[in-house]
Amino acid sequence: MPVIKVDGKDYEVAEGGNLLESCLGLGLDLPYFCWHPAMGSIGACRQCAVVQYQNEEDTRGRIVMACMTPVTDGAIFDLSGERASGFRQTVVESLMVDHPHDCPVCAEGGECHLQDMTVMTGHRDRHYRGTKKTYRNQYLGPLIHHEMNRCITCYRCTRFYRDYAGGTDLAALAAHDHVYFGRHREGTLESPFAGNLVEVCPTGVFTDKSLVHDYTRKWDLQSAPSVCTSCGVGCNTLPGERYGRLKRIHNRYNPAVNGYFLCDRGRFGGTHVNAESRIDFPAQRDSEGRFQALTDEACARALRDRLQGKRLAGIGSPRAGAEANLLLQRLVGAENYASGMADDEHALMQRALAHLVNSTAHNPSLREIESADAVLLLGEDLTHTAARTALALRQAVRNEAHRLAEELRLAPWQDAAIRNLAQDRRSPLHVVCAGSTDLDDIAAGHYRLVAADQARLASDIAAIIRGEARSDGAAARIAADLLAAERPLVLSGPGAGSAALLDGAAAIAEALVAAGKAAMLSFTAAECNSMGQALLCRDSHIALAALASTDAEVLIILENDLLRRLPMASVEALRARIPTWIGIDCLENDTLARCDLVLPAAAFTETEATYINQEGRAQRAFPTHPPAEARRPAWRWLLDLARAAGDRTLSGIGHFDDIGVTLAGEDPLLQGIASAAPDHSFRSRGLKIPRQPHRYSGRTAMRADVSVHEPRQTDDADSALAFSMEGSATTDRPGALLSYVWSPGWNSNQSLHKFQSEIGGALRGEGSGLRLLDSLAVAAATPAPLPEAFSRREQEWLLQARHHLFGSDELSRLGSGIEALTGRAAIYLHPEDASRLGLEAGDGAVIAGAALEVRLDPSQVPGSAGFSTGYPETLALRSGEWVNIDVASDWQRQPELIGSDRGAAS
Amino acid sequence: MSEQIHSLPADAMVLSDAEIAEIDAEIAHAPYRAAVAIDALKIIQAHRRWVSDECLEALAAYLEMPPAELEGIATFYNLIFRRPVGENVILVCNSVTCWIKGCEGIGAAVSQHLGIEPGETTADGRFTLLPITCLGACDRAPVMMVGEQKFEDVTVERIPAILDHGEGATPG
Ligand code: SF4
Ligand code: SF4
Ligand code: FES
Ligand code: FES
Repeated sequence: MPVIKVDGKDYEVAEGGNLLESCLGLGLDLPYFCWHPAMGSIGACRQCAVVQYQNEEDTRGRIVMACMTPVTDGAIFDLSGERASGFRQTVVESLMVDHPHDCPVCAEGGECHLQDMTVMTGHRDRHYRGTKKTYRNQYLGPLIHHEMNRCITCYRCTRFYRDYAGGTDLAALAAHDHVYFGRHREGTLESPFAGNLVEVCPTGVFTDKSLVHDYTRKWDLQSAPSVCTSCGVGCNTLPGERYGRLKRIHNRYNPAVNGYFLCDRGRFGGTHVNAESRIDFPAQRDSEGRFQALTDEACARALRDRLQGKRLAGIGSPRAGAEANLLLQRLVGAENYASGMADDEHALMQRALAHLVNSTAHNPSLREIESADAVLLLGEDLTHTAARTALALRQAVRNEAHRLAEELRLAPWQDAAIRNLAQDRRSPLHVVCAGSTDLDDIAAGHYRLVAADQARLASDIAAIIRGEARSDGAAARIAADLLAAERPLVLSGPGAGSAALLDGAAAIAEALVAAGKAAMLSFTAAECNSMGQALLCRDSHIALAALASTDAEVLIILENDLLRRLPMASVEALRARIPTWIGIDCLENDTLARCDLVLPAAAFTETEATYINQEGRAQRAFPTHPPAEARRPAWRWLLDLARAAGDRTLSGIGHFDDIGVTLAGEDPLLQGIASAAPDHSFRSRGLKIPRQPHRYSGRTAMRADVSVHEPRQTDDADSALAFSMEGSATTDRPGALLSYVWSPGWNSNQSLHKFQSEIGGALRGEGSGLRLLDSLAVAAATPAPLPEAFSRREQEWLLQARHHLFGSDELSRLGSGIEALTGRAAIYLHPEDASRLGLEAGDGAVIAGAALEVRLDPSQVPGSAGFSTGYPETLALRSGEWVNIDVASDWQRQPELIGSDRGAAS
Repeated sequence: MSEQIHSLPADAMVLSDAEIAEIDAEIAHAPYRAAVAIDALKIIQAHRRWVSDECLEALAAYLEMPPAELEGIATFYNLIFRRPVGENVILVCNSVTCWIKGCEGIGAAVSQHLGIEPGETTADGRFTLLPITCLGACDRAPVMMVGEQKFEDVTVERIPAILDHGEGATPG
């Protein structure tokens, strides 16, 4: 390892890095703007200047940019001397010439990298007396607020948005001293990763719109390590709360999963917890069918009356934590417990699980997915089903660029040089999907096939790789690309609804391993704990459809809207069959409306829970704040239910960690869940870990309208975290307990490097969840029959689900700002099919009773029809069904809004 | 993203046949369509004096590139006009050499003679006045241009004759 001298001291640093990341890794404070740990260096901002000396005799040295300077053995640098620090101070001063100094009204204030760097360089006195530029801001949609005056032209935004995330509608406009970062016209930013601009921009140009309108400074936010519950990827998040409201969600760094970035569903969808439709009190339906709120005692009595001595059945939930599901499973018995996924999805997830466990191909983390040098994506419009994974694939296709760079001995952080070198050369990505996808722009090939043909293609590819078949078509091209790679990745999922497709994906991966490749196999999962439910039910389970033929007297439904899982008629039949329904959930829905007793669940920001992501990684989320009113974590309600039912086996459970300890026994799954994070007895330097920064203000004032006495902070007996600013917030606390990132002088999220063992590496306190599948045994799946090839029918259309990042997920669609982006549920038709039906874009079509907006899409396979899945209007539609399509009478076309109208409306 | 309906200009035929023909001629010897962006903008400007939002969007669609990227190019160059200009664009150099030689007075004289400030167009649409940084003839400072004509060693006194009659243009 090279040894460099900085300010007269020798340091050993990692080979191949640049000086800036080496210095930050050593804990030295060196200011910067344009460098980003995930995006490398371009040397644009001149903020990271240091003086480099040729040798010991050199007394003059020369100014170099640390981010562009490789560390070499024996190199001598001056970081803190007058010349270097004076230069950096001048750089900040020149940036501030046009900065509006509007920190008091800026949503970035208090966590602003520009503030931090200004203070760090020591720039204090303003000398500039001229006028400042004033820009016109743009309406950029309901999620992101724009305030161009604050820009320091570091180019991080366009580098992230365009280079890293593949967006096309944000650009650097104009030149000289009036460069402008925006769209060519006002309008919603199109990239599903646009929200990351909030964290990537080191100033207050791009801020979180819902936070701007419901504002709290970072130092007044209470936060806790959490996990995104909006899809199966399991990105790590930091929700921030005040006054009992979720104010915003920030990224929480996890090197193995989301790294530095989230998708916009995760970032903005969480505010559904603030919705008006939250349930606050337990309630019971009276004789007239109306719900009446219950006191604690009345609720306990009602539970006893309804549960004692009764035969129970339970429906769990892929969007509830593992612990609550486990308790319900134990309470009702595994044979009376349904996973809560739709029966077909449940079967697909069991199959995916069996393949992941039994395949000789590696089941990769998201980080490892980025290392793939050839990718086959089967049946998933990934940007809409697992957005963060799609962003990882955008990095994977750059491995060809990194290979080229290596040939020229260009360091991987030389971002501009490498992009220039590679231009459009990419590692191959082949996308097989029912319509166009949002990864087509970087795909070497895309193949539009309905699910049955996708499965047939997959099986052909596997046969070619095994050497059992030949072809000169698509299958051969794909096989050749996979075989030419070293670390090929096959990625599929339940999104297309095809068991044979999952088998095909697994068979390809297996064949690649047999061909000597370090192949990877990965499957997406629809919800935050879908994989957890597949695991929990791996040995025993009752199908939803079978529940109606049990003799259960009470049905307990955990955080699940059955209308999303079962046809309406089946729900009604089940309701008629089982006399008592008890529902536990956080927001009103059509299932709760059918229950006799409703129990208000804490939302994901209010409860501790372990979620198991698509990779089989158990990750613990902690409550950000205590639940208000009579809301309680689902796991607590379930303990109450157990008590009311007279169940003794669960009576030993007092707090959260007991669930794992008491129930795990020899089960490696449950043991894994229990050890996903340090337990409640963990202490850092003998203290609990605070959720509130030490500058948290207004503890008493906040509720002075109620009482002027300082309230006692709520105890958290269930975890090592405290609802308080007191405690030990060291930078080496376990990653699973990272409640916020802050370090002296580093108020923004850039302080993260103080928590890392090396830039972009593990957290100093370790802990990024626990991979469970590596140590489990699951029976292999019986191969599914290969479906017949698709052939169109005269009067019927084959339905194919289309997933929408904003809209297909049950809860995130209610997030603030997202509601405006979900749009109407739509049916997608090939233009020729549409004209056959006499339909035009924007018309209404009726499918199985649902009236949907018609969209024309030349990529839709003729004879098939895509539909927006997961929308309230489309719950009755199932992928793979043949349907009639009729013209909707009395259909109101959507009025066309232009950007500025929307701006006026927001 | 595919969900986004890219708003094509209402009149998809914004670009004229003549413009398209000239742009096609450029495309014929370019490695990819977007490579001719600058030339295509100049072609449009030659036909219309300036590049409107509608033209920019139509051109972006024609060159198969995102409008934001084309806008980035269009606004990078100060001689691609994104706002209407008059028949003759007056460029008065205000860079170092011309400044030393008194260009401030030249600009003021033009303003006074035409009754417009820099950035404005005369009411009859004949002239637009713009400052520019160096016209590459510093040895003959102060320098200005009117349309395609260059004027060197300009004095305040010469302004009326230059503007009214184009007198004294440097040949070639
Ligand atoms: S908008 Fe923000 S990220 Fe973009 S250049 Fe300006 S300061 Fe940098
Ligand atoms: S990819 Fe999934 S888990 Fe990650 S932020 Fe988006 S919705 Fe949340
Ligand atoms: S961080 Fe080094 S030049 Fe910007
Ligand atoms: S400075 Fe005026 S022409 Fe060069």
